[in-house]
Amino acid sequence: MINVRYFGVLKDALGLEQETLDWQGGTTGDLLSRLRARGGDWDAALAPGKVFRLVVNQSIVQGEAAIPVGAEVGILPPVTGG
Amino acid sequence: MRLSVTVSADVFDLGQEEARLAAEAGDAGAVVAFVGRVRGQDGPVALASLFLEHYPGVTESEIARIAREAATRWPLLACRVVHRVGHLRPGEGIVLVLMASSHRQAAFQAAEYLMDYLKTQAPFWKRECFADGSERWVEAKTSDDDACRRWS
Repeated sequence: MINVRYFGVLKDALGLEQETLDWQGGTTGDLLSRLRARGGDWDAALAPGKVFRLVVNQSIVQGEAAIPVGAEVGILPPVTGG
Repeated sequence: MRLSVTVSADVFDLGQEEARLAAEAGDAGAVVAFVGRVRGQDGPVALASLFLEHYPGVTESEIARIAREAATRWPLLACRVVHRVGHLRPGEGIVLVLMASSHRQAAFQAAEYLMDYLKTQAPFWKRECFADGSERWVEAKTSDDDACRRWS
């Protein structure tokens, strides 16, 4: 299992803040492909360019990274702080 | 470099923060302060409030990473960053950056560098709540990315 958290505009676009997914291991790319395959809002909201970074166990990852079983994964839209 | 990062819903006090930093920074001949505030009117409809969301733990770490990167470029004695979250009204402070160094050039440049990277890298998301009841998430600006590129 992994816990996936959504932030900012993604929370509204997807209609949820977090969810638990069955997970046997894989990468950030595998996770995004699986979520986009849900189609509709998911494919549109998680299109390349709409996702800024992924966070695995509190660390921002650059590019493709492994997601271990039991991880917390954050999916971040482009940031607008300051 | 002494480094302190706080992300909180609480209001910050520039005078108190600067006095504390100056006391801790040792022989700092220069302290530069930047305060970002909520604009009341950015478009046709007046803003009622700004809502700021962050990723607890991750956001603080990312700001600290940017500050440590700044310390590799300039001789900094101390850095303090306070960023607010939750509902903020027009005129309220959103972000405070204090940079202490022996001389002003390093403090000025490091404060600008930190703000440029904070705006484009640190996990914060703004939602505008307008006077007419409508709301929308703020979109990332390409001008902020452009501002960052000058440091590379």
